[in-house]
This record gives sequence, C-alpha cells and structure tokens, in this order.
Amino acid sequence: MSDDARDEETVTVAHGGGTGRTRDFLEDSVVPRFGGDADGLAVGLDALDDGAVHEIGDRSVVVTTDSHVVSPLSFPGGDIGRLAVSGTVNDLAVMGATEPLSLTCSLVVEEGVSVGLLEDVLDSMQAACEAAGCAVTTGDTKVMGSGDVDGVVINTTGVGVLPQGEHVPDAGLSPGDKLVVSGPVGDHGITLLAEREGFDIEGDLTSDVAPVNDLVAAALDAGTVTAMTDPTRGGLSTALNEMARKADVGALVDETAVPVRDSVAATGELLGIDPFDVANEGTVVFGVDAATADAVVDALRATPLGADAAVVGEAVAEHTGRVVLDTGFGRRYLSEPEGEQLPRIC
Amino acid sequence: MCLGVPGEIREIDGTEAVADFWGVERRVRLDVVGDAVEVGDYILNHAGFAIRKIPEREVEETMAIYESLFGDDVDEALDEIGAPRGADIDLGGEQGDAEAEAEADAAVPGDTDGD
Amino acid sequence: MATEADDLKFRDPEAAQELAADIETQMERIDDPVEIMHVCGSHEQVIAKFGLRSMLPSDLSVTMGPGCPVCVTNMPEVDEAVALAEAGTTVATYGDMFRVPGTVKSLADAKAEGAAVEVVYSASEAVEYAAAHPDEDVVFFATGFETTAAPTAAVLQADPPENFYVLSAHKYVPPAMEVVAEMPDTDVDAFLAAGHAATITGYGLFEEFVDEYDTPVVVGGFEPLDVLYGVRRILEFVESGTSGLDNAYPRCVSRDGNEAAMSAIDEVFALTSGEWRGIADIPDANFVLREAYAAHSARRQFDVDPVSGDGDPLTEECICGDIMAGTATPEDCALFGEECTPQNPVGACMVSDEGTCKIRHEYGGHPEL
Repeated sequence: MSDDARDEETVTVAHGGGTGRTRDFLEDSVVPRFGGDADGLAVGLDALDDGAVHEIGDRSVVVTTDSHVVSPLSFPGGDIGRLAVSGTVNDLAVMGATEPLSLTCSLVVEEGVSVGLLEDVLDSMQAACEAAGCAVTTGDTKVMGSGDVDGVVINTTGVGVLPQGEHVPDAGLSPGDKLVVSGPVGDHGITLLAEREGFDIEGDLTSDVAPVNDLVAAALDAGTVTAMTDPTRGGLSTALNEMARKADVGALVDETAVPVRDSVAATGELLGIDPFDVANEGTVVFGVDAATADAVVDALRATPLGADAAVVGEAVAEHTGRVVLDTGFGRRYLSEPEGEQLPRIC
Repeated sequence: MCLGVPGEIREIDGTEAVADFWGVERRVRLDVVGDAVEVGDYILNHAGFAIRKIPEREVEETMAIYESLFGDDVDEALDEIGAPRGADIDLGGEQGDAEAEAEADAAVPGDTDGD
Repeated sequence: MATEADDLKFRDPEAAQELAADIETQMERIDDPVEIMHVCGSHEQVIAKFGLRSMLPSDLSVTMGPGCPVCVTNMPEVDEAVALAEAGTTVATYGDMFRVPGTVKSLADAKAEGAAVEVVYSASEAVEYAAAHPDEDVVFFATGFETTAAPTAAVLQADPPENFYVLSAHKYVPPAMEVVAEMPDTDVDAFLAAGHAATITGYGLFEEFVDEYDTPVVVGGFEPLDVLYGVRRILEFVESGTSGLDNAYPRCVSRDGNEAAMSAIDEVFALTSGEWRGIADIPDANFVLREAYAAHSARRQFDVDPVSGDGDPLTEECICGDIMAGTATPEDCALFGEECTPQNPVGACMVSDEGTCKIRHEYGGHPEL
C-alpha cells in the first residue's frame, strides 16, 4: 500500500485474533520479509504451521514460540503460567515433537505486580513443566513502568527433537482421512468469557489448559496420524478450515459427534458464542488414516486427558478448502469466526 | 440482540430476578413480563428483560401437539394430551380462540406526536 | 453437539426429518414454486445454523425480509449517534450496532479515535452506567424492533437518572410487512412472522393483514422444529388456496400479547413515518419518544449536527435494501464476498449478526450441499 495509506492504518485487536486478519498481516507483512527456502528447512515460515522444522543430520529439530497475554491472569483451571508452558509444549507436540528438549521463558512484568502473584505464576509453570517432562533452561526478565504493560506478559519458546522426517504438519490431510478430536471443545474460551462476564455458573466450567504431549505420543504410537494441530485462537472452526485449505481438501464434520460439555454449550447458547469458535488449550485435532482411526481413538481414551476422544468427521475430495457441518438437521458450512471474538484469550 | 432464551426463576427482588438458564444464572428485569411471576416459573429473556412467562406444561403440550398434528387431527391431538376440546391452548387461526378474553383489544402503538 | 442440550425437545432430529418429509409431500402436491418470507434475524440464524434450507425441496424458498433491526437502521441514524459520541457524550450501544458504518464512520471507529462508547447487553445496563457515572451524559442508542423497545420503555418509566438519554432508532415491523406485500414485483406467498415480536404484540394484529392482502401468516418460534412446523402449517394454507392466520408458537404467543409491555411502549413512544435503510418511507414504523419524555430525549436535549459524508463510494453498488425487501439475494450483489465481507463490510447486511449477507457468508447457501 502507499506510504500514506500505511501510515493511516492502525493495528486493531482483530489483528491478534488468530484468524483472517492475523493471517493477512502475516502473509502481507511478515512472510515476505522473512519467509523463503533455506537449506535443511523442512517446515518454514510460509507454512504458518505450529512451529518450524530444521533438518540437522539424522534429526529434525522443531522450534516454536508464543507470547501469552491472557486476561485475567488467573482463571478456573489455570493461569498464565500454566498456559505459557502448555501452549508451547503443545505446539511442539502437534508438530510431532512430544519430548520437549528445552523451554525458554521471557517475562515482562508491570511495576507494582505483587511478588506473591509472580511466584504463583512461576509455581504453575513449574508444575506444568513437571507434567510435560521438560524444564525452563533459559529466559529473561523485564519490568515496565506501571501502566506501560498490563500485568504480566510471558513469552515461551520451545525446542524439540525427533528422528528426521517424522514431524507432522497441519497440512497433511488426504481425502478419506478421519478427523479426530481428543476431548471436549470450547472449554478454555467459554470459561474465560464467563469469568470476564462475572457469571455465576452452577455447572463446572474450567479451562482445559494442560500439556498434551503424552496424549499426542499415544496417538502417534497407535496409528498413522497424517495431520495435527491444536485449535487455539479461532477454535475448532479455524483449525479445521486451515487444515482443509492447506491440504486442498474438503472436510465433512458430524456436529452431533463433537464432544461439548453441557456447561459450555449452555453458556455459549446464552451469549450467542459458538464453542467451536473459541480457543482450546489442552485439546488436539488429528487427521488419521481411516484404517487406524479407531485404534487411535482407543489409545487416546486410555489417556487421562483423552477420555472423550471421538471421530468427528473426515476429509473429502469435494468442496476443497471448505468445511461442511452436518447439524443432525440439515447441512451448512462451518466458517472461521471473524475478528476478535474474545480478545486476550491466550 | 434477539436472544429470546427461556430460563427458570430462582430468586425475586422487586422488579429484578435471578434466572437459571441451563445452569448459568443471570439477572433479568421483570418490569414488562406482563404476568405475576414466582420462583420456579419459566420466563423468556430478551436483552435482560423477561418478556413472557412460559407455563412449563405448555412446553410438554406443544411437543405433544407437534407430534400429533403430523396426522392433521387437532381434536385427536387435544384428546391425546388430555386437554378438553377448546382447551386453553391458544393456537389462534383455524383452531379458534378458546379463551373469551374480557380485556380490551391489544394495545397497538399510538398516533404520531412528540419528539 | 453431543450434549444434554439434546434434551431441548425442540431439537429432536427425528421429528425434524418427519416434518421435512411432510413438507416434501406437500410441495409435490402443490406442484408450483412457493416463496415464504420471514422477517426476523433470529429466524434467519436458526435456519442457517441448522442448515434447514438444505432439508427443504428446491422449489420452496424461504427468504429473509426486513427483519434485521441493525440492517434497517439508516446510516443517518448512525451518524446521529456518532456525532453525539464525538460531541462528548458517552454513547451506550448494543454490540451489534457497534461496527455498523454510517456515512462517515461507525461507533467502533469513533471509539478507536477516542470517543466514549460503551457496549451494553441491555437497556438496564445503560441506565446503571449512567447512575454510576453522574458526570457523563449517557446516551443510549436504542435500536431494535418492538421486542427491544419494551425494555427501553420500561427503563424510561422507572425514573432514570438525569444524565440518561435515549436516542431512539426503534422500529415496528408490521408496517414493513405491508410494504413488502404491496410491492408490485413481490412473489411472497406467505409470511412466517416473528415469534418474539408477537410475544409482545400478540398475533391479533395480523388478522387485518391476512384479510387485506389475502396472504397467510403463521407465527413461528425459534427452535429448528418450530420453524419446520411453521413452514408445514403455511403449506397447508397454500395447498388449500386459503389465507389464514395461525399461531405456531403457543408457548410464548397469545392473541393479545403482553399487554404490560405494549402499554409501556405506547406510553413512552409514538410512531412516525420514516426511512428504513433501503426501504424508503414506511408509514408509522419508527418509534420516537413522546413529549412527556423530552427531558431524556437525546434529540431534544443535544443540539448536535450529525456527521455526514458522501460515504464509501462502494455503497452505491450495495443492494442491501433490495436484499432486505426480499427482491434480491446476497449472491445477486456484485460486492458480496469480494469487496464486501464480514471483515470489510460495505453494507449493514454484512455487519450485523442478523444480516442476510453475513449469515449467508458464514453459513453458505444450500443448493450445492
């Protein structure tokens, strides 16, 4: 765009929503500057996958990074610390690297935050690291003046290693592959919305935030996983649409087969927000070769976090790039949500 | 905006009530609900205001009517749900108005003046 | 979704399949295309969300008429609200009006530029804000149809704080149905009337409409079964060649409606003629505050010129008006899905969650499915 037009345009919350506008920004401004081929780069920036994959000798090294700006800092089921570790461990896991080698942790803290609160966050991070079997090996700490940053911002970068060629992209679906989710959908996003709105919830509403590397490892062992991603910002809708688009296939999903907790469905109904459109932080979407799909579901159900795993649909050759939802009544398209459904969700 | 959602009244405090919508509690105003409302009643919530009291039995009966009316026989349907013919279930139109309302005609917003 | 929400009896898929089969049989006997028009954004949402059109025979079309209160709010009305915000008042608005562009900008744009705009879920929330901020002049941008006018009336009757004002953009649907029924090129065979509006007004007011236009009206509810059942009832009229009125939402709608709500509306508002976006000059369909409430009327108390501009040049190609009148579909619009998307909307039909174009864009049409 012209310099004038560029100077007038401002960054909006929608740019951070994780769907269309974020993607446009990445494709227009980031990828052109930094993307491109490089020796040994199996998965690079242009893939906009959950991480990058470098091939070094007989290994593949996966690198991923995330910044966490969730508000409120603490919510039912976890806090920003648990989220920071889980988010990065999970990004590594859904690239296939289920044994994280190393995590970094960069803290930006607002002056005036209580040390006790910070230590609670660090405690959560420690507990999540233990659950994931990894450690924070390096990091950084910065403090900004009161009002110059909101509370606590955490950036985590993760590195994982696996045998060369064994990484799993999110773009690997083929027609006929089954689509599997590891658990109920919408928990994190709906829980945070309810927190912010000050709902009195009778049913249990908690975030699903958790490291899922063990769960992913179980799936990888049990069958042939062709594609994987964790449906964070933008929810299941966005994840499925991206997987379909990147693989140039269509997807057909049985809405009645997708597990959703009653309390999540009810809260979503009340507010007109679809649980399919909001973030999950302890859930994985898999594309699985049809022959091994049942074995993968069984293996997931045997893990603590995968008890509700289910086949929810399949990749098809028709309507490439689009996801069709069978509602149990009629059929319709499942589209990505637009804009910032819920800002500062992760 | 047009979210007409049914909920069960749990508490009442003057013109305000707390209603339960499938396990989620929200406050609603009762100013224009048009009926006496008690704890345990179901109301239809729209933009934070109750706009109708829904007698619970009507939910059951409506379903039964739907199912019976596949066969297109209204009287049979009413019999099936144990309601007397000409029952107090307002289907209007062809079914006829069973209730003889003593009240004045429905108020329609009035003439043009003001503002 | 596989949840206990399935206990919501009005979402039983098997009953739905039976109704759909009945409808197919009816259409075979009718042996002619039928067009049913509904006038409610919530109906369009449930139809789209549950893919109901894909269950209906292809010669039965269910179109959306002027039933999106956001979409029919004229750009100059948005301009009034924007001007008030820029003049220093705090404008409280429902979320769905927040991003609707006026001729220059939306309230969201004004807020990003520093004006005070608050998104509220209810009229009472706007009043509470005014009470909590006595130093601010709080103007409630009161949009919506009659169902939403009742809460606005209620808060005005309940002695709101001095610093609370209302900018009324409320509208009344039945006159719009008449305008559509009178359009020379209309193919509408019957109306599915909005159940929640009828909860307030009662269905009695449709009796005259049915007689005058010889067009059946069925009042429908908002669960998927309610809609399918309403369609089936309409086709009974069409098949028998009679027009009539039926209440297919008896659990919420009665003949006389909610008299408390109606008298609140009548006490606070008067009806005047005005423009709806895309449908010029509808008689007696715009609610305005009565003289007795002048002290809380934003139009009376603030002397602010609306912002005004030539608007986005693309709006000249925008056919929201025709779409809302049911004489065109989103696919007929050259801008649909191209220059006009939910991310970059040109017209209100693409901004509002109840807008025909936005819903069509998100959920897709049905034929190819």
